[in-house]
Amino acid sequence: MSNRLGWLAPAAGAVLVLAACGESVDPRDNTDAADSEDTGGGGQVTLLMESWRNDDLAIWEDVILPAFHEQHPDIQVNFQPTAPDEYDAALDAKLSGGTAGDLITCRPFDVALRLYEEGHLAPLTDLEGMEAFDDVARSAWSTDDGSQTFCVPMASVIHGFLYNTEIFDELGITPPETEEQFHEVLDQIAADGSYSPLVMGTADQWEAATMGLQNIGPNYWNGETGRQGLIDGTESFDDEQYVAAFTELASWADYLPDGYESTTYPDAQNLFTLGRGAIFPAGSWEIALFNEQADFEMAAFPPPLPEGQDTCYISDHTDIGIGMNAATDHPEEARTFLEWTTSAEFADLYANSLPGFFPMSDHDVEVDDPLAQEFLNWRDECESTIRNSYQILSRGEPNLENQLWDLSAQLLNGTVEPQEAAARAQDGLERWYQPQQP
Amino acid sequence: MSRLRTTSQPAGTSAGTTTASTEAVPPAGPVARSRRRRFPTHLVVFIAPAAAIYTVFMVYPLLDSLRLSMFAPRDGVQVFVGLDNFVHLLTDDLLSDAFWNAVWNNLVFFAVHFLVQNPIGLLLAALLATPTLSGRGTYRTLLFLPTTLSVVIVGFIWQLIISPVWGFVDTPLLGQSSTALVTLALMSVWQYIGIPMILFYAVLISIPDELTEAATVDGASAWTTFWRVKFPLLLPTVGIVSVVTYVANMNAFDLIYTVKGALAGPDFASDIMGTFFFRTFFGFQLQQGSSTMGATVATMMFLLILAGVLLYFYGWQRRVESYEL
Repeated sequence: MSNRLGWLAPAAGAVLVLAACGESVDPRDNTDAADSEDTGGGGQVTLLMESWRNDDLAIWEDVILPAFHEQHPDIQVNFQPTAPDEYDAALDAKLSGGTAGDLITCRPFDVALRLYEEGHLAPLTDLEGMEAFDDVARSAWSTDDGSQTFCVPMASVIHGFLYNTEIFDELGITPPETEEQFHEVLDQIAADGSYSPLVMGTADQWEAATMGLQNIGPNYWNGETGRQGLIDGTESFDDEQYVAAFTELASWADYLPDGYESTTYPDAQNLFTLGRGAIFPAGSWEIALFNEQADFEMAAFPPPLPEGQDTCYISDHTDIGIGMNAATDHPEEARTFLEWTTSAEFADLYANSLPGFFPMSDHDVEVDDPLAQEFLNWRDECESTIRNSYQILSRGEPNLENQLWDLSAQLLNGTVEPQEAAARAQDGLERWYQPQQP
Repeated sequence: MSRLRTTSQPAGTSAGTTTASTEAVPPAGPVARSRRRRFPTHLVVFIAPAAAIYTVFMVYPLLDSLRLSMFAPRDGVQVFVGLDNFVHLLTDDLLSDAFWNAVWNNLVFFAVHFLVQNPIGLLLAALLATPTLSGRGTYRTLLFLPTTLSVVIVGFIWQLIISPVWGFVDTPLLGQSSTALVTLALMSVWQYIGIPMILFYAVLISIPDELTEAATVDGASAWTTFWRVKFPLLLPTVGIVSVVTYVANMNAFDLIYTVKGALAGPDFASDIMGTFFFRTFFGFQLQQGSSTMGATVATMMFLLILAGVLLYFYGWQRRVESYEL
């Protein structure tokens, strides 16, 4: 046997030697080759943009970037996304190796802050157009004292409730405005028995915290007041408003689909788009997918107001920013692009290409998608805030965000009481966060 | 060879035997001895590639992670802190609770494999080895097939099968703290049952027919034949299967990460050392990872695995009798 195949070894060796002799051209190098030619000859500069939004590749290439290139023919921007779960590690490696792109898409808060502190992100505080963003929008990409900003806020996501209008019409229900009405609506759908009143599961844990607690919570802790209060140490998780938020979340358990303890996020998405549930506690990022998958009309209502409250608060969470690699060879051109991203034109293009991701600048933007526009309208009626565990409070051990996932899921599973959940979250903070220590 | 030399020696008597002959052959002795003692270059050549790869990819990373577990970041630089990380891991109730919870869950995870995988594997192997069975190849392939599947596929399929929403089970088995871990362990047993089965089967078919025939002639029933004749021959394999399962289970991570995520819920009921290590080393969501504390957890995993393997070598393998067939 070995003798018959003996000729293979030298043959394979010869092939390898031949292959090694050739001048290898990696097709992926093409962009770089074009880059160096451009800078050398025609004066055109190519900028590479790092991002984790590989879903948005077509939108950037076909809609957003062509609009920029039209105004700045001398600057060519290439969108170069990485898979979301690899992005942070890959970007870290590229930045330390000096091969990262000129423009960097920024994760909110500590991840981007660390890159800034390590000198990988350039400060952008004095960037022209930055004044279009308010403090809440900038908070995700500013130093703790707010003095330096290092990424242009690009998009936020808004929490609320999506509902199936056909089911609402069938049962003669109107969208609730107060919490009391919300529970009446849920009871009514439950009494009918054909649909799950609320579609959510706790298997993946994050939905319970993100689409549950952080969705309805701002109404209880008064948005920014409560969030800043936790950071200053003037409020604590065992205060009554937080216990009330946990209690309201726990009451959802009766309205969730059977077996919600092992229902995952994709399960819940499918249940809703298949028309088996009436209300979906949502983030606005669902809009594009749901528009595509659901064959019924959908509408949305903001988190219902608790008893005796007039002001509504929404979680308008800062999600995506864009900054500049401090080591870029073309800082001028990169800043030109970043200035453009602060403009009304960019805001309009972005909001309409990606319904459900909302620009954070103060330009008036009209969104064609009615569902997305509904979410966006809440900004005028309600006060915006962000998730309370994201800034500063998740830096220690135990990690507050992880704790809130665990506790929210357990509240719905009925394995922890609201009082106890609040006490445990507070204990966790007191362990390491000095302003919260008595 | 020595025989020839003996005869060529004039002084030797034919009855002089070997002792006399070796003393009597001074010129031949050193040659033979030097030939025997010559450095075995060919062995080095054969071992070198494997040793080099093993050193670079296994031994060095292992030693380096042991080293890393004795360092901690202080003001941005890693400094030597001795065993501080271990003290911290075992005494800080925040970390130690999570750690012991992971260790305990891991032992449960292994116990389920040990108690379910071995007996079922043995049963399937015994059935496969039945001489009258037809279609043996088909069964063997089908039973072994899940082992070759990706763990992502196994997790996904089982999640659908036992989902209260889409599947056949009304109880949210994966969603309750009381059932999640055992359910995950059984999913893993289903996937890997082919390995003990094939190992047991290989031993069973290598048992000579004479032994079973002799037992039958002596009047033993099939049941007695299995337990008195075949099972003792299987025992060394049971040991090997168990220790391999132990090592694989203590290193397990993929299935639980795929199905339950890195927080291994609900309430960390399915958190094992692999997922605990992952969160500690790489961080999770807003939690920043710590490579030094991660290395400490990895070292503890290594020590626990080492302890189990040593227990097997000294407590089992040295005592169990193996028979030459």
